[in-house]
Amino acid sequence: MLAKRIIPCLDVKDGRTVKGVNFVDLRDAGDPVELAWNYSNQGADELVFLDITATVERRKTMVELVKSVARQINIPFTIGGGINEIADADALLNAGADKISINSAAVRNPKLIDELAAAFGVQFVVIAVDTRSIGDKNVVHLNGGRLPTERQTLEWILEAESRGAGEILLTSMDHDGTKGGFDNGLLKTVNDAVHIPVIASGGAGKVEHFVDVFEKTNVDAALAASVFHYGEILIPDLKRTLQGNKIEVRI
Amino acid sequence: MIGIILYGAGNIFSLTAALERLGIPYGFINSEEDFDKYDRYIIPGVGHAGAAMNKLKATGLVPAIKALKKPTLGICVGMQLLTSHSEEGDSNLLDIIPVKTLRFKDSADHKVPHTGWNRVFPEKENPLFENIPSGSHFYFVHSYFIEYDKAYTLLAADYGNQFSASIWLDNFYGVQFHPEKSGVFGETLLTNFSKI
Repeated sequence: MLAKRIIPCLDVKDGRTVKGVNFVDLRDAGDPVELAWNYSNQGADELVFLDITATVERRKTMVELVKSVARQINIPFTIGGGINEIADADALLNAGADKISINSAAVRNPKLIDELAAAFGVQFVVIAVDTRSIGDKNVVHLNGGRLPTERQTLEWILEAESRGAGEILLTSMDHDGTKGGFDNGLLKTVNDAVHIPVIASGGAGKVEHFVDVFEKTNVDAALAASVFHYGEILIPDLKRTLQGNKIEVRI
Repeated sequence: MIGIILYGAGNIFSLTAALERLGIPYGFINSEEDFDKYDRYIIPGVGHAGAAMNKLKATGLVPAIKALKKPTLGICVGMQLLTSHSEEGDSNLLDIIPVKTLRFKDSADHKVPHTGWNRVFPEKENPLFENIPSGSHFYFVHSYFIEYDKAYTLLAADYGNQFSASIWLDNFYGVQFHPEKSGVFGETLLTNFSKI
């Protein structure tokens, strides 16, 4: 049986982690590679790097980051942020990234998913979807949840799957930052509707939220940032609790 | 020293990075003469097995590979190339180990590609798996699998059906998972291979 995956997410800008990190044993909390190494030693199953560098040098910065991570880390990782074309993806793959995550670029140009899947295989293509409810509808948002689109979330995810998405990273902007738990209702709907792995994101506040999301929705993985960065949840504790709840994890 | 066979099927940055971290020396094989420089070989590979086989054929290295007597490890699609045939593109492969590569049937409980950490269980004693406990997790990403075969399966795993996580015949070894991405046990496996 596949283990449920626990994925810390690191926001990176100009080669440095941007969200505050509160590990006591880090020499340099701003160094994404050291942070990543620390997480992999704690038992993280995978890492996601979200690069928000906005300069013209961004591709070069991302490639350098990916290379340093691939040199040091022995678990898979995904890189996302501003990947707009095949050439971006190609450079990141050759630098050692296992997967790339595409968000806005895919919504604006859905054919990009077909092209990436054809060029690199579906396993390389993670489609990140930021969703927020408007009335009784779940709507895809861009720009970190600020910009609503005309796409409904489930319909967009099914289109992405049919075009060649290998995995869905679904972030509920309604839950993100609340620490009140994942959006289990929507996650279950999506997970039941697709045949590709789903990563739950947004809302993790305590260990029980991870137990809930796996038990209630059967998603493949759960991602969080601040609860890990601030040491509020330690991955070994989290995995022991999951195991105690008969959820298959890698320990 | 390990010779990595280059034939253009996928990037090997993570593999060479892992070997460097582990202090295992390696070089590259581009032509038949290069084989003599090394005492063991890795056949890497990601992507489409049929396409990978065509690229391998184009290098002209196939007869030399089939005649290898030194330890040779195929990784992921590199392992599938060792088999006789893949359902992927209905492709005939190297046929070094007489087993078939088949496609997973996807279902609600078993999404395809099989992506993530799964447990592997040794079927035989082998130094490749030394110091790695039975039931350890390794990192897999694949839609096609090598059928379970009592004679050739070295490690078994389960994903809807039992399959070969590793195969072995004489000096030829294959692993379906990515040891370079499989944490400490993956690194142990690479170190073990460097000593076989």
